[in-house]
Amino acid sequence: MSRVIIEMHDIYKRFYIGTPNELEIIKGINLQVNEGDFVSIVGASGSGKSTLMNMIGVLDRPTEGEYLLDGIPISKMSDNEMSDVRNRKIGFVFQTFNLIPRSSALKNVELPMLYAGVDGRKRVARAKELLEMVGMGDRMYHLPNELSGGQKQRVAIARALANDPAMILADEPTGALDSTTGRMVMDLFHKVHREDGKTIVLITHNNELAAETDRIVTIRDGRIVSDEPGAGKAAQLCS
Amino acid sequence: MFLKENVLLAVAGLKSNKVRALLTMLGIIIGIGSVIAIVSIGDALTNKVNDTMSSLGANNIVVSVVPRDSQSSWDKVDDSDLLSREQIEKFQQKYANEIENVTLAAGGGSGQVKDGRLYANVSVQGVNEGYQAFKNIKISSGRFLKDRDIDQSRRVAVVSDKLIGKMFKSGVDPLGKEITLYSGDDVSTYMVVGVYKYEQTAMMGMGGTADEDITTAMYVPITVATEHLDNQNYSDFAVKAKSTVDSTAFTKTIQKYFDKLYAGNERYRCDVQNMEDMMTEVNSMMGTISIAVAAIAAIALLVGGIGVMNIMLVSVTERTREIGTRKALGARNSFIRTQFIVESIIICVVGGAIGILFGILLAAIGVHLLGAELTVSIPIIFISVGFSMAIGIFFGYYPANKAAKLDPIEALRYE
Repeated sequence: MSRVIIEMHDIYKRFYIGTPNELEIIKGINLQVNEGDFVSIVGASGSGKSTLMNMIGVLDRPTEGEYLLDGIPISKMSDNEMSDVRNRKIGFVFQTFNLIPRSSALKNVELPMLYAGVDGRKRVARAKELLEMVGMGDRMYHLPNELSGGQKQRVAIARALANDPAMILADEPTGALDSTTGRMVMDLFHKVHREDGKTIVLITHNNELAAETDRIVTIRDGRIVSDEPGAGKAAQLCS
Repeated sequence: MFLKENVLLAVAGLKSNKVRALLTMLGIIIGIGSVIAIVSIGDALTNKVNDTMSSLGANNIVVSVVPRDSQSSWDKVDDSDLLSREQIEKFQQKYANEIENVTLAAGGGSGQVKDGRLYANVSVQGVNEGYQAFKNIKISSGRFLKDRDIDQSRRVAVVSDKLIGKMFKSGVDPLGKEITLYSGDDVSTYMVVGVYKYEQTAMMGMGGTADEDITTAMYVPITVATEHLDNQNYSDFAVKAKSTVDSTAFTKTIQKYFDKLYAGNERYRCDVQNMEDMMTEVNSMMGTISIAVAAIAAIALLVGGIGVMNIMLVSVTERTREIGTRKALGARNSFIRTQFIVESIIICVVGGAIGILFGILLAAIGVHLLGAELTVSIPIIFISVGFSMAIGIFFGYYPANKAAKLDPIEALRYE
């Protein structure tokens, strides 16, 4: 049996607790993602998708319920412990790339390793290797504003992989890209999934993209309303 | 932590926004620059004044008659209130073992020595024999005035080599020659008995007088200089103590002597000061000025520091999304705080360094104008750099802490 990466039991998230405006956004979610899965979480805006993503990404704690990331209980962690878990276990890819301006592509990829305390020479070697892997080997010393959208997202993916995390959490990674470059980025995710066996959680409202993944989890009104295999899985099953 | 990366990042940030960085630093530059400039100029002036005073001799003691009530004017001073030659000589005899000589001086006004079309500006100074040692006057030919010139009110003069150069053809021996002094309506004739070497003092050189119009001192017997004056007695004189005498203790002895002499005088008393006391006074005055300047500089630095805080707050707001990204990538709050504090320190230290250079430049110009020598105090440079860092930490902490405490979710969502 493969390792369980995400294990959520009866997760609730409420805001403005104790005020008349108390709001329950996540209403009891149970979710399990195994190592090597490529899962997409889909839902309309206001469905609680972003709130769920923040908790999966250990940016936020659930109000109620237990969340184990790669076996580590998150719910009662301090801010610093959460920082360390994000640093080592999660690779973030954002819709707006979020590269650090004024830092070269290489420096950006080094950053998670810097926070993890990896020494300089190892950091540079690993960052170069990753940039080569995403096809950005010839643009390592370029600043983010000298790169196109697709190139920025490839750098961001290299950065997400820097500390060899348990999971990549991608939030609308093609949302700011045209269809051609979006396609290239998706292909890169498939490559990382296929070749490295990385667990990938893709947050999107685009059903076509979601359909490419192994498993589609649909959120509506703070609850999981469907959880079914996607085309990726179907393709695997056929072959 | 990550000091090198943080420094490189901060420097890159400053480079990318040079004008803003410079404007932010301006307060620090002005603050540190003015401290360095004023302290350096103050040091140079103090050194110069001390040099001048100690060249006059630290064991010189000045006795002067002053009003008891500092409000009352000098208008109605009688000879009876002043010191007569007899009184001074009596005093000199009493302390013959301690006193090397006594110097008397009285200003006789200014005038011109003329001979046909030749002229030289002079300030006439009535002096006695002791004045030479007191002022350290170097005689190049002839002799200085003697006590018998004074006693007999002889019309003799000691003049500068500059005057001789102007009034006499070279090769002519001026000693024994007569010169004519025009002072106001008076015309008087003096016989040159000695020539001294003129030394330009920096204070006099300040005006940049042309060599032709230079005014040099012409020394005549004090009895001659005071002939036209209302008072024949002396309002002050200087005592040169023997080198073996403790001048501070001797000053007190002299003060007691004259206190007794003036015990019956309701309007005047004698004030006795030695050079050491005066030097201490000058130094304490410089100290007061330094404190005043330090206070002004502290205000400039405070304003500068607030400027740095302001720009750091702007920077934190501008970079909210970057902060969110860094946190998502695993930066602990303390890493973010360090990053912004380092940036603030870099702004302040770079500003401080520019300020130091700027201050030294200002001091060099100021000191040059005053004709003193520039000495840059090394400790003050280290203190300035240290102080800049302290400002960076102090005024950078609040913005840095604000950055560190940002909620990563909010920060990532920030537009």
